[in-house]
Amino acid sequence: MDATPPSLFQIKGIREGLLITLGEASWEDLEAALIQNIDDQPAFFQGARMVLDVGLHDLRVAVLSELRDKLSERGISLWAVLSESPVTETTAQNLGLATRIAKPRPAELQSVPEAAPENAALWVRQTVRSGQRIAYSGNVVVLGDVNPGAEIIASGSVIVWGRLRGVVHAGAEGDEGALVCALELSPTQLRIAGEIAVSPKKEDKNRPEVARLKDGQLVAEPWQAN
Amino acid sequence: MTGKVVTITSGKGGVGKTTAVANLAVALAGRGQKVACVDGDIGLRNLDVVMGLENRIVYDLVDVVEGRCRLRQAMIRDKRLPDLYLIPAAQTRDKTAVSPSDMIRLCDELRPEVDWILIDSPAGIERGFKNAVAAADRVLVLTNPDVSAVRDADRVIGILDAEGKGSPALVINRLNPILVRRGDMLSVEDVLDLLAIDLIGIVPEDENVIVASNKGQPLAMDSKSKAGQAFQNVARRLMGEKVPFLDLEAPGLLQRLLGRM
Repeated sequence: MDATPPSLFQIKGIREGLLITLGEASWEDLEAALIQNIDDQPAFFQGARMVLDVGLHDLRVAVLSELRDKLSERGISLWAVLSESPVTETTAQNLGLATRIAKPRPAELQSVPEAAPENAALWVRQTVRSGQRIAYSGNVVVLGDVNPGAEIIASGSVIVWGRLRGVVHAGAEGDEGALVCALELSPTQLRIAGEIAVSPKKEDKNRPEVARLKDGQLVAEPWQAN
Repeated sequence: MTGKVVTITSGKGGVGKTTAVANLAVALAGRGQKVACVDGDIGLRNLDVVMGLENRIVYDLVDVVEGRCRLRQAMIRDKRLPDLYLIPAAQTRDKTAVSPSDMIRLCDELRPEVDWILIDSPAGIERGFKNAVAAADRVLVLTNPDVSAVRDADRVIGILDAEGKGSPALVINRLNPILVRRGDMLSVEDVLDLLAIDLIGIVPEDENVIVASNKGQPLAMDSKSKAGQAFQNVARRLMGEKVPFLDLEAPGLLQRLLGRM
């Protein structure tokens, strides 16, 4: 690790995953240093979603897709490339990568504490309304409703003591063991890790339910107290 | 006098904010209160039209803010109700002509003059909305019983909460009891269930509202229509009275006749 000069790149945990900001050096050096760093600590990077800020580097399709392949071999999904170079932006768009990430909206973003301990939970004691977004790396507990148009994104599980009618993404960083429970589970859209489901229209909604991944399928079941 | 500043907003456009402001103003002024309405919709002013005062505009809100006239000069007095004033919006400018602190200053200047300052907020959640709620002591969120209007109202309530404005009161406008009974329109309970704030008014759909708006004669001036009564009731509740909600479920004369046939 000491062999890697820190100025080559920076790693930062953000809501969307890991943000890697590349510094000033030749592309070959940067790429080599990045791959080296990943190989040095595979556990840290395993399953990560990566945003790469390449600054002014002009990257062609061949170069960028090669890097994406290298990263995916190491269990990292590159989903966004930020760049000030129009060439790179076009390349990234051609490869189907995002070129922008949402900037946090300070007044409405409830909290984005970085790298919380595994069992930490964000306590939200209010109804989450349309347009509000709660993103947290950890579990989220809401005492109140989650209204349509609201979003909850958690790297862990989401528990709603109320009606869940908005969009919820549990296990947003790939945790397939994440759960979503609510007193009334009727989200606009439910995501756990990489799976997406739309809640079926149902008449009897007045039962607490738990949604989880079972054999890669999203299933919702009535809450069984035992 | 220390006037209370009440802003009427909705997020979504076309739910009846301007009509509500005009009717509440008339209802309050009819109860001996001194009322000033401020049209916050700079560039798309309407309140003057609905109140029938369009032809008397000389100075407007932006003129006051930019110091081209005194506040008094921009206050148009309604001849039908001598304690009712309107400060119109400018039509040739846009929302950036006024800032939230301008609105606070303006309302502070108005407060000693009147009992109520009613601000008509533009649709949206941008600058115009921020201006309109900046000085508010109380916010009324107006919605229609439809899914998109309620969604926008929810958004607005969230923003007001985030800005520390507290919980607003809700007015449900254009409720059609027949559609509700048929299950084709959200009921008052459905809306309250989602928004979970205090209800201050339920106004039934009433075609007389359109006629009255076009004539520039707010409906609350004559109290025969149900919508006019409903606005009168909102005004009384604003003044602190406890007034039961209108029974909109009771079949009207026409329906009773139809039912007999």
